[in-house]
Amino acid sequence: MESIIECITQNKFWQFHGGIHPPEQKALTSGKPIKLLPLPKQLILPLQQHIGRQGDLLVKVGDKVLKGQALTQSFNPMAVPVHAPTSGTISAIKKSPIAHPSGLSELCLFIEVDFEDTWIKREICQDYRQLSNQEIINKIADAGIAGMGGAGFPTHIKVSTTPDINFLIINAAECEPYITADDLLMCEQSEAIIDGIKILDKLLKPAFILIGIENNKPQAIKALQQATSAIEKVKVCVLPTKYPTGGEKQLIKMLTGKEVKSGSLPIHSGIVVQNVATCFAISDAVINDIPLIKRVVTLTGQALSKPQNVWALLGTPVHHLLEHTGFIRENEDVTQANASVTNPPVIMGGPLMGFSILNELVPVVKTSNCILAPSKAEMPSAFDNNANEVECIRCGQCSDVCPSQLLPQELQWSAKAKDHQQLAKLNLFDCIDCGACAYVCPSQIPLVQYYRIAKAEIRQQQQLDVKAEKAKIRFEARKLRLEKEKIAREEKHKKAAAARKAVMNKKSADGSSASSAVAAALARVKAKKAANAKPEQTNENQQKTQAKPLENNDNVQETASDVQDEKSQVKAAIARAKAKRLAKKTQSETNKAAEESSAPVKTEGSTLDTEKVPTEEPAIETDEKTAPAIEKPITNKLEKEPALVQSPDDKKAKIAAAVAKAKEKAKARKSKSLAEENSSPADNEKIKPAVDSEDSKKQDDKKAKIAAAVAKAKAKAKAKAQQNLAKKKEQQQDSPKPSNEE
Amino acid sequence: MAFWIASSPHNHNQAETSALMRLVIYALLPGILAQWYFFGWGNIIHITLAVATAMACEFIVLSLRSKKQIRKQLFDGSAILSAVLLGICIPAIAPWWISVIGAAFAIVIVKQLYGGLGHNPFNPAMAAYVMLLISFPIQMTSWLPPTALMNIGLDFSNTLMTIFTGFTAEGYSVEQLRTSIDGFTMATPLDTLKTDLGLGHTVYETTQNSIFTNSYDFSLGLAYGWEWINLTFLAGGLLLIAKRAIAWHTPISFLLSLFVCSFIAYSVSPDSSASTMFHWLTGGCMLGAFFILTDPVTGATSIKGRLIIGAIAGLLVYLIRTFGGYPDGVAFAVLLCNMAAPLVDQYTRPRTYGHGNTVAKPAPSSESVNKQTETKQ
Repeated sequence: MESIIECITQNKFWQFHGGIHPPEQKALTSGKPIKLLPLPKQLILPLQQHIGRQGDLLVKVGDKVLKGQALTQSFNPMAVPVHAPTSGTISAIKKSPIAHPSGLSELCLFIEVDFEDTWIKREICQDYRQLSNQEIINKIADAGIAGMGGAGFPTHIKVSTTPDINFLIINAAECEPYITADDLLMCEQSEAIIDGIKILDKLLKPAFILIGIENNKPQAIKALQQATSAIEKVKVCVLPTKYPTGGEKQLIKMLTGKEVKSGSLPIHSGIVVQNVATCFAISDAVINDIPLIKRVVTLTGQALSKPQNVWALLGTPVHHLLEHTGFIRENEDVTQANASVTNPPVIMGGPLMGFSILNELVPVVKTSNCILAPSKAEMPSAFDNNANEVECIRCGQCSDVCPSQLLPQELQWSAKAKDHQQLAKLNLFDCIDCGACAYVCPSQIPLVQYYRIAKAEIRQQQQLDVKAEKAKIRFEARKLRLEKEKIAREEKHKKAAAARKAVMNKKSADGSSASSAVAAALARVKAKKAANAKPEQTNENQQKTQAKPLENNDNVQETASDVQDEKSQVKAAIARAKAKRLAKKTQSETNKAAEESSAPVKTEGSTLDTEKVPTEEPAIETDEKTAPAIEKPITNKLEKEPALVQSPDDKKAKIAAAVAKAKEKAKARKSKSLAEENSSPADNEKIKPAVDSEDSKKQDDKKAKIAAAVAKAKAKAKAKAQQNLAKKKEQQQDSPKPSNEE
Repeated sequence: MAFWIASSPHNHNQAETSALMRLVIYALLPGILAQWYFFGWGNIIHITLAVATAMACEFIVLSLRSKKQIRKQLFDGSAILSAVLLGICIPAIAPWWISVIGAAFAIVIVKQLYGGLGHNPFNPAMAAYVMLLISFPIQMTSWLPPTALMNIGLDFSNTLMTIFTGFTAEGYSVEQLRTSIDGFTMATPLDTLKTDLGLGHTVYETTQNSIFTNSYDFSLGLAYGWEWINLTFLAGGLLLIAKRAIAWHTPISFLLSLFVCSFIAYSVSPDSSASTMFHWLTGGCMLGAFFILTDPVTGATSIKGRLIIGAIAGLLVYLIRTFGGYPDGVAFAVLLCNMAAPLVDQYTRPRTYGHGNTVAKPAPSSESVNKQTETKQ
């Protein structure tokens, strides 16, 4: 570092690659003092004037605001407030074109100026050295100061992160042609600028402070040298004039020989760069308590008869500035078809990095240092809309002037071919958009424009990629979750099955009673459903429905003891079912269908010989199966069939149950759809009572128990009628499970 | 009032490709004049023929490719420049169809079939020259002796007749025209040297030949006429460098490379090797160095790449002249370097700012504003 300082004291500087020497044209404005303009009638303040975010509004339409009053606030560190540049009334808050290359419209505050220019109460700080660093940083943040050189990075962030700072570089290079705003500010306000630098010194405690200034500003150099002669730490570095010396990275390279690593910030190398106008704003904010409400703007170009630097309030529409500097519209030759004649370009910023603005209402913002209105003779390429572009001949002049040492001609080809990989390889994102390549290109290719488009495309692609990646992660997580759920479900079912088996094994000595118990349970459930379906029906009716399962139970027992009786019993069941059907002639076709579905099953089941081993489980499974049957008796026919086949033992019981159930269900569905929904949870309950009943089973008690069960089921169904929607859903999900297992 | 919207940068140095091409053509004029002075009207007639053919071909192809702004592209100077370069290279009394075929080949096949200006991998003039040399070796080696040494005088109309009919008005054939005062059939100095060295003569003996008669210093062994032509091309090239129309790297590297090669050979065996100055000032050396190798489209773009290409070209020219089957090797060397250029470019990409070694070197390249401080150091 000492060697760097040694070099600087000897006026030896490093060089950055490339650079150009466009006509400076600074003499248009550099000889005239900064003029104070009369207040404009209206100010248009965009809520966001810099990198970062916009703050929250503090005012509403109709409010009277005083000069210096904060209009927005934010607790986000990347947002700084905007202030009323003069007193007046908020007349509107609406979208308006802002200073943006794309002519975007953003939310703006419209202030009707009252021409009184009444200040809000200020506290002038006598001695900023008394303040703590945090107080100063707060003042800077509250004053809404953002970098005034170009990008507009919030200044308080730059000054509050302080790992060891070796160099504080004050950027006074002002390398772009035409612009003299900083030059004149330095000439006229050098003391205030030095105060600002001292404040930054107090905050950052850098080892050295280097002021980088191009040698085409002799007066400003003199003023700065005089003002800093007493300060050992500050070195005024007079640099040769070359565009883009004022680029942050280029200036760092020239002064320190270091390069800011691609993708990192200067602060990572212990360097902070501040614009000279920002220093002035800092001193104004900290010492005079004046927020950032005005700035020096160079109004220049040959289309202006009186080019000059002015103090412009932020939010001043461009037309106000142009009026006061004698904007000449070139004579509108109607015969000339060229649209550019009627629409002259007005550029915010310099001729190389500035952007043409949409219309005369675009306001001055914190980063606007120049309004350039060129004449056609002066800057023909600003008018021709890249019409002169021809093929690249690889002359390589662009790479000779590129300050980032890129290969603009190769980038151009890759950009045209949308070869994003190659663009990344050629370090497209190290391009600083300085425009030197396009300035020298003999083929007049708008290189920077191609790069901008490519950069935007790549950014968009990256966003899409991120989105896609997120979606992929989400999808995979979901898949995993479903998988886990499925496994858990299977586990649960296995456990449940095992439990059921265990219970069955206990009772295996009395298999017949077990199966009958199941049948009883089924009957109870059915009864419940019936009760649920037709609560208003007579007791008699209910008794009737109950009777059948009871008979079934008897039948089952008989089957257990004597297999030979099977067929007759099946027949009996069929007969019963038929009787029932007759009794319920009013029932619909679905009912019939359900019954028909059970009929072939019955016959099939009856022909099969019984094996007495797994009695209980399949029975219950079939019960569960009936849940879908409730919904669609016809379509579930096939599902039901194999289930029944699998449980030849319980044939009769099941068949009977199925027939009865199907009927009951169909009935229930007919009568009341809500009730049906409730019946499903009721169905859900059946296993528990079934097990209960098994334990206390005595064949003699049947009827009594059934009666009790009926009562219970009724009560339950009623109770659950209101609250079981969730359960219903659950069941709908659960219902296909048993079939899956099969 | 809406304003005109354009993308930055708004300013431009107003350089144009066509202006660049024009400048290169102007820089060729002294050389063409020298050729006319020493070898008569032949080359000017061939240049005219080639330019006319090239323009016609360019127009036809651009129309076929339904390009916009044909007029602008037609007069951007690139086709004219290629044609002029080809015309300069063709022997003065070669038949008319040589330059017509050459120019058509250069524009239609070498340039436009590859995509037109900026997309051709080979220098159109040199590719056409090599094509002609390989296809029509007799016509392409029908060199005239310098006018001063000619047996039969040739005026403009006679040259024109010879080019179009093969005979002068008096009925002399090309073969007769090529016979110089001393009765030998003329070849270029390079050709003569090569043949004589092959026959076992020393360089000194060879240079006793009349074509090596030098106007000012016999001992240099320079070829009569050719050294002036080369010197005028050198002057034109220096003008281009001064005007920053071409980069200095390629020609300087090329000439140095050729110089070093010939110097080594000359020091080792002066009897069988031509002098360095002979190599510099005969054949297409200067034309190749300043006007052909510097063609940006087919050359390398990085500075390192240009230096490498120049050095390779110099070496190749020396090798072909000394060991190859053809007396001059500039055209072949140029084509070989054109092939190598993309690869060289690939490996000579500059380090982008902020990439790789970002630490400052201890000694900065001083850019002193204040001259006094510089003198102090």
